[in-house]
Amino acid sequence: MRDTWQLTTDQSSSEKSENETQPNRIAVDFKDIKQIVELMDEHGLSQFKLKQEDTMLELKKGGDLDIAAVQALLAAAPAPQAHAAAPVAGAAPVAGAAPAEAPAADSGPPAGTEEITSPMVGTFYTAASPDSDAFVQVGDKVSADTTVCIVEAMKVMNEINAETSGEIVEILVENGTAVQFGEPLFRVKSA
Amino acid sequence: MFKNILVANRGEIALRVIRAAKELGVRTTAVYSEADVDSMHVHLADEAVCIGPASSAESYLDMQAILSAAEIANVDAIHPGYGFLSENPRFAELCEECNVKFIGPSAEVISTMGDKNQARATATKFGVPVTPGSEGIVQGEEDAIKIAEEIGFPVMIKATAGGGGRGMRPAFNKASFVSAFHAAQTEAEACFGNGDCYIEKLVENPHHVEFQIVADQQGRVKELGERDCSMQRRNQKIIEETPSPLISEDLRNRMAEASEALVKNIGYENAGTIEYLVDDKENFYFMEMNTRIQVEHPITEEVRGCDLIKEQIRIAAGIPLSEHVMESSPRGHSIECRINAEDPYNNFIPSPGKINLFYAPGGRGVRVDTHVYSGYEVPPHYDSMIAKLIVTGATRDIAIARMIRSLNEFVIKGIKTTIPFQVSILKHNAFRTGDYNIAWVEKFLASEPGPPDVPEIMLEED
Repeated sequence: MRDTWQLTTDQSSSEKSENETQPNRIAVDFKDIKQIVELMDEHGLSQFKLKQEDTMLELKKGGDLDIAAVQALLAAAPAPQAHAAAPVAGAAPVAGAAPAEAPAADSGPPAGTEEITSPMVGTFYTAASPDSDAFVQVGDKVSADTTVCIVEAMKVMNEINAETSGEIVEILVENGTAVQFGEPLFRVKSA
Repeated sequence: MFKNILVANRGEIALRVIRAAKELGVRTTAVYSEADVDSMHVHLADEAVCIGPASSAESYLDMQAILSAAEIANVDAIHPGYGFLSENPRFAELCEECNVKFIGPSAEVISTMGDKNQARATATKFGVPVTPGSEGIVQGEEDAIKIAEEIGFPVMIKATAGGGGRGMRPAFNKASFVSAFHAAQTEAEACFGNGDCYIEKLVENPHHVEFQIVADQQGRVKELGERDCSMQRRNQKIIEETPSPLISEDLRNRMAEASEALVKNIGYENAGTIEYLVDDKENFYFMEMNTRIQVEHPITEEVRGCDLIKEQIRIAAGIPLSEHVMESSPRGHSIECRINAEDPYNNFIPSPGKINLFYAPGGRGVRVDTHVYSGYEVPPHYDSMIAKLIVTGATRDIAIARMIRSLNEFVIKGIKTTIPFQVSILKHNAFRTGDYNIAWVEKFLASEPGPPDVPEIMLEED
């Protein structure tokens, strides 16, 4: 199975006298590129960039195609619906959600923020009861032991703490939705 | 019939259950740990719920997480597979309380037969022979020595809460007995939280022969023949076959009758297996009962022409056993090799990691039950079995030749597997004559120096 590679080269067409010496210039030809590709593969690297005065070489490896190939083979099977499908950051997404979600999974939460994830399987509630106020709103400041929500599992209401400090910038799950282990619930701007 | 079954397991058995459920038109819900996000069973289920981190204790053994997943996915039945919670009476009980059908026998029966010592007493009560042994838990060192001398050495000290070959120690004479006794108790306490032990006469160089039974809710019981699982290394089965090459027709009938009687008398429901030890004088002794589906169930399916997982689901849904099961008789010979991600030439050290190329054998009479594929990363957190190769032929010799051919065709690159080791066993004269017992593999390992010359498919590397 072959990986896809993006190869960008940019060689200036200006002629240089062969007698002029270029300090620290690396001449790159096809054999070298092949070697770089092999080294990247061996060490599991996905990006390589070499910029010189008159040359720019960039190599980018596209996705984990072994998994994608298998998923393509499974195209006949109906796409599973993971409950509130939210792949663990870095892991390959569940089949069916793969094409659209791959970029999202790779990007992760925006810089300066982190996610509060569910420590258990259950149903997410924003308040202690239907009549109570929500534990937190967007804009609220939280600290490690602030209760942010309830995850109900087998009739037991578990209060979930923030475990981090900062400001709630986004509530990622709707009240009353099922959540799985590791599912992102809140986005918090770090203090 | 159920609308949605949750499979409380992973790996090849989770995939096996999902396949059977699909054929019955039932929706499936997979549960998985974070380490199993790329597992095939997750991809093929209709729904999948992540229930915890990699560690089994926090995922596949977490009853609350699994039942929460069952709740949010709105399932009406749970298939526990084998291992994990499949023989946990508390889990079966919780399923009952949550109104979710546990696909297996009742919590009560699991509890009775799961306590090894109590199971022995039950077997005796219903006329199934057991090895001579202590009448219950041994009360202390002095009591233990007295009983051991009465039974006569050699003896086996066994944990009542034990299973899967753990929590047992042999003692060949009075001198070594005391330390063996304490070792068994300590291991039992550590592994199962219960240090109680009983003592049995040690059957020397026995064959492990087990009988498959199924029982429906209507009270019908069918025994589906035996499996010989004597090819074991450290009490772990590596090759199984049916029919057993060594037991006579008379012995088979006696064992089948005893198995059926026991199952009827304890009011058993669903699939189960009764394990026996057979000595070289055609005496058979009840060892334990597994109140769940077994790893090696496919060889029974192949010679009996049935689907045991589908029968399990049907039984649990209240449907009577299929006619073709009730009327089945054995045909042909079937052998299974458990392919483990282990290095057989380096003390069977586990070999997790990425499988770069996976090519399974095929052709007449070849079945591969596996959840792995090219590019799959075998996680280090769980048991090392990655595939089961099941081969069937009209005669035992045909099955053996077919198994050797299939093992040689099997390509798994990137990790070490037990395949070459299993080839050398299959080629050995002892296997051909069927003259092997539980002690055989250890002796074979001690005598063989290293990897044999096995022809491999040479792949073009460019």
